[in-house]
Amino acid sequence: MRIATSSLDLRRPATLESALQALRDDARTPIAGATDLYVTLNFGTLEARRFLDLSRLAELRGITERGDTLVIGALASFTALQRSPLVVKRLPMLVEAARLVGGVQIQNRATLGGNIANASPAGDSLPVLAAVDAAIVLRSVDGERRVPMTEFYTGYRASVMRPDELITAVEVPRVEGHQWFRKVGTRAALAISKVVVAGVRDGPRAARFAIGSVAPTVVRARKAEGVLAKGGKIEEAVRALQAEITPIDDLRSTAEYRTAVAGNLLRRFWAETA
Amino acid sequence: MRFTLNGLPVETNAHPMARLLDVLREEQRLTGTKEGCGEGECGACTVLVDGQSVCSCLVPVAQVEGARVTTIEGLHGTHPLQKLFMDEVGAQCGICTPGMVLAALALEDNPVPTLDDVRTALAGNLCRCTGYSAIYRAVLKWRAEADSGPHAAPEQASARHK
Amino acid sequence: MPVTAVGQSVSRKDGIGKATGAAKYADDLTWPGMLHGRTIRSTVPRGRIRAVLFDFDTTGFTIVDHADVPGSNMVDLIERDQPLLAVHEVRHVGEPILLLAHEDKEVLHAARVLVEYEELPPLLDPEGSEQTFKTITIDKGDAAAMAGADLVVEGTYQTGHQEHIYIEPNGVIAVPEDGGITVHGSIQCPFYALKALKALLGPDIPARVVQTETGGGFGGKEEFPSIPAGHAALLAHKSGRPVKIIYDRVEDMVSTTKRHPSIVRHRTGVKRDGTLVAMEVEVILDGGAYVTLSPVVLSRGCIHAAGPYRCDNIRIEGRAVFTNTPPNGAFRGFGAPQTEFAVEVQMERVAEALGMDPVEFRRKNALRAGDTTATGQVLREDCSALAVLDEAVRRTEFARKRTEYEGTDRAIGLSLFYHGAGFTGSGERYLKSRARLEVTPTGVRIATGSTEIGQGTRTMHAQIVADALGVPYESVEVAQPDTKHVVDSGPTVASRTCMVVGKILEECAVEMRSELGKLSPAEYFAKHGAMTVERMYEPPDWIRWDDATYRGDAYATYGWGCDVVELEVDPDTFDVRLLEVTAVQEFGRPIHPALARGQIEGGTVQGLGYALLERVVMRNGAMANAQLTNYTIPTTLDVPEIDVVMLENPYPGGPFGAKGLGELPMDGPAPAVVNALRHLGHDIRAIPATPEMIAASPVAART
Ligand SMILES: Cc1cc2nc3c(=O)[nH]c(=O)nc-3n(C[C@H](O)[C@H](O)[C@H](O)COP(=O)(O)OP(=O)(O)OC[C@H]3O[C@@H](n4cnc5c(N)ncnc54)[C@H](O)[C@@H]3O)c2cc1C
Ligand code: FES
Ligand code: FES
Repeated sequence: MRIATSSLDLRRPATLESALQALRDDARTPIAGATDLYVTLNFGTLEARRFLDLSRLAELRGITERGDTLVIGALASFTALQRSPLVVKRLPMLVEAARLVGGVQIQNRATLGGNIANASPAGDSLPVLAAVDAAIVLRSVDGERRVPMTEFYTGYRASVMRPDELITAVEVPRVEGHQWFRKVGTRAALAISKVVVAGVRDGPRAARFAIGSVAPTVVRARKAEGVLAKGGKIEEAVRALQAEITPIDDLRSTAEYRTAVAGNLLRRFWAETA
Repeated sequence: MRFTLNGLPVETNAHPMARLLDVLREEQRLTGTKEGCGEGECGACTVLVDGQSVCSCLVPVAQVEGARVTTIEGLHGTHPLQKLFMDEVGAQCGICTPGMVLAALALEDNPVPTLDDVRTALAGNLCRCTGYSAIYRAVLKWRAEADSGPHAAPEQASARHK
Repeated sequence: MPVTAVGQSVSRKDGIGKATGAAKYADDLTWPGMLHGRTIRSTVPRGRIRAVLFDFDTTGFTIVDHADVPGSNMVDLIERDQPLLAVHEVRHVGEPILLLAHEDKEVLHAARVLVEYEELPPLLDPEGSEQTFKTITIDKGDAAAMAGADLVVEGTYQTGHQEHIYIEPNGVIAVPEDGGITVHGSIQCPFYALKALKALLGPDIPARVVQTETGGGFGGKEEFPSIPAGHAALLAHKSGRPVKIIYDRVEDMVSTTKRHPSIVRHRTGVKRDGTLVAMEVEVILDGGAYVTLSPVVLSRGCIHAAGPYRCDNIRIEGRAVFTNTPPNGAFRGFGAPQTEFAVEVQMERVAEALGMDPVEFRRKNALRAGDTTATGQVLREDCSALAVLDEAVRRTEFARKRTEYEGTDRAIGLSLFYHGAGFTGSGERYLKSRARLEVTPTGVRIATGSTEIGQGTRTMHAQIVADALGVPYESVEVAQPDTKHVVDSGPTVASRTCMVVGKILEECAVEMRSELGKLSPAEYFAKHGAMTVERMYEPPDWIRWDDATYRGDAYATYGWGCDVVELEVDPDTFDVRLLEVTAVQEFGRPIHPALARGQIEGGTVQGLGYALLERVVMRNGAMANAQLTNYTIPTTLDVPEIDVVMLENPYPGGPFGAKGLGELPMDGPAPAVVNALRHLGHDIRAIPATPEMIAASPVAART
């Protein structure tokens, strides 16, 4: 490890209240499954030195139904998501996304809340949550607020979450229609997404479609959706989608490729869910 | 801070943010757990925490407080998979082997895993020597043999030392 | 003589330690009072060092720079051009400048050293480099015969860096003892490291090297470990304490050697009937900032550059050039994977241009016994190009699938390749490798410098000795390579450990057998005490090689291979899914079939990674994707099981008919993949063939 542990400080609260209080008292970086955090710590690129361990907050682990709403605790791991009969039944595309995160060891530790809070544009759960109009539940000592997933991010690795807030849960309204997920990674497993899409086919002309790794944040493809809702041609929707994403060349792929593949996947989604 | 290591209670004086990997290798002197990357990719540092495989390079030791940690040493060399890895040449240089063996234990309750099951179970472990096929042969043989006869499961194996 | 061990997949000499975690690799070892060492490296590709400033409390630190070197600061390899510690200038990112040691790893890593440079414009484009480390010309017949060809096909092919990704990064521990320094480490060639240490430490400080269990090498721990070994030795010498240096993955990727990137240009003239008339090949290898082994890599690359084909008129011109990038070095295949990729894609294109079936074209031109290679070597009966081709085509039903897949997303392609075993030309004669066999109270012990790095050295050597001596395999022990106790058997490289060192051991055993008479080794020991037999390698007497003209018998023998790849390209994402990979290879006779199979499976998967996934992104002379998450090697889900076929054609010059095997499997996968993509219409001329490249490649109409 490139960072001296002696320079680090950790608190391990046993209750959500004390956790929130600790966050309010002084700036601390939450740790859930540590699968993002410890990579940067190992590399010596993490700046934070004061941490707050969430792992004892059992109340953030549960996966339940509240009326029509599926409530997934922020600490639910990707393995827990795959094993949850509720998620399997109501949000199978999240199960699919979970199966494709890292390898088994990562799935056993990585949490949904961490994936959201980490705010990587390549996070695999994000398009799923954006496509189904999930709400992120944020808590601080002042109380709770809900932010629609589509309004959660404000820019590259930036969100509306305040430093004194925690993500406690994700709420997913009932999803009707065909769910469709596709990850295009750097290889078949242990892969970071170069393009990742999730869609819901709500009806003959209605679709919700979200796409990751093609812009600073996950993109809900409202314009493409609009074209389709108006009965426009799929090619027109593809052009609309390609206009509302802003992919870049990076270590893993090219803007050109991402643009082409985004279009191809929208076509495929539309054809396969017809 | 205390946890159970290979069936025995241990107390660690390590910093709570120390990586479980370092605590195992340096403080507990169990060097069977290897570091290949420090970024969760290679799986050489795989250990079981409460029976689930994790990359110990990404676990703050504080998070295993009270948990059961099993390392390769916890199999005491008696697990049939260990011999099969050698016999089937599933280990060449061997640096990935402890992690592979522990990750493969997830298939313990799968009586007849398919090749795809094995692939998926081991997708978090890189091996640069074998091309994986020999590892599949070892794991599939283990399940086939287990299917036709009893053997010591890891928890049973470590239970003997509790 | 009854053969009992050879040819059987006997239980390995490694014991169960690798599966129990008991096996000790470099980082698993500690010594009392041990310090940890760290290397401060250049962050610029080219510059003059203006100042080195310590922004930390230096109490408790051992600090070493070039002025602390007791002997020569130059790594003792082919050329002595590479400093162990930079003096005034740096030539590449990652170049070592300063060494620190401290007993607390955390304090060590927290230490901040600031290096100020006067930056100079780096040379990063190998084609634009006029600084040449080595040039080679191979001439056979007259390439001007090209004028008489019915058709001339040209092409340029490129391959990128490849990183070894041994799962155990480099690691060494230097221990002061008996007035000298002993280095223990993850080292493929202890006698290379020893030579380098002797030059570094000078005549007054004796050096010794002991190989620890080694977590993979693939060439990456061939010449490179001389550097960390030297660094640890310098720190140990100055501090008087044991010093351990373990690279983390990022450091290992950024600053250690990789496979040479290549640019290969072909012009091939053929007759309408497919007969090769003339071949012109230009090979450019990017050597990086120092010579390392580039001349030898270039040599092997050039010798294999015309592929396993009969052609009377060949001109191959190669050069290895300087750039301000980390030096490239040995990597399984040693230049041949680059040039064989180029020639095999070129041959596919020539067949295509002729409208000829790729198999027919290769069958017509493949080397046969009695044919001559590019260097004029007359091949003997141990040539199996046609045999591997025919078996691969038959086994995979190549012709049927080739037609059946037309118009689908599936495709099939193949490659035909060969690989010379052992050192090139007179190399084995100069090396004078030795091996020793010792009678012990319980049997015999093998004492060679050949290292076990996963490939099974210990096991196969013991098999050879057991059978040649007529003793049980179990009674043969293998000494850990320790330069104090074993003899120099030459490096563990170049597919020579079985064929060459195994051969010396076989001869030792035969000699020992006649000394023993009717006694078993243990009985002999009880009666007469110890006995050792030591012999030196004698290459076959017919080998003639002229280093000046590059004419003659380049290798005593060759292994032969044909790989067939079936794949599918996703029409939306251009992801390549490998469906079936068949590797048919002839390498004499397998001593241990399971180990041999493992070499082929592992080498083939490394080749598939090279073909499709493994891309080093260089930015301003530095590897920008130096993490396992961004430099992607195949996982379990990326590669199918390899269908391995081992054809036997015993080679009389090797032990029990064995040839070399380690590198051969690396040569075939990349061209087979790219030729399959060609079958789909994708004109790919560079690897890795990423989905991005496939998406951008023009899809020609299928022929
Ligand atoms: C080898 C490897 C492979 C990976 N593969 C994938 C992949 O395929 N797809 C993918 O999407 N990701 C992948 N990741 C990234 C990572 O696993 C995920 O982003 C994961 O979901 C992060 O969750 P965590 O619990 O480990 O987060 P942590 O590392 O604990 O935290 C991540 C960030 O979120 C913050 N945080 C965590 N929980 C909360 C909370 N409840 N409230 C507020 N802030 C919080 C932390 O402060 C930190 O900034 C991979 C990582 C590794 C190491
Ligand atoms: S060292 Fe932990 S995954 Fe590689
Ligand atoms: S056996 Fe060497 S990495 Fe797997």
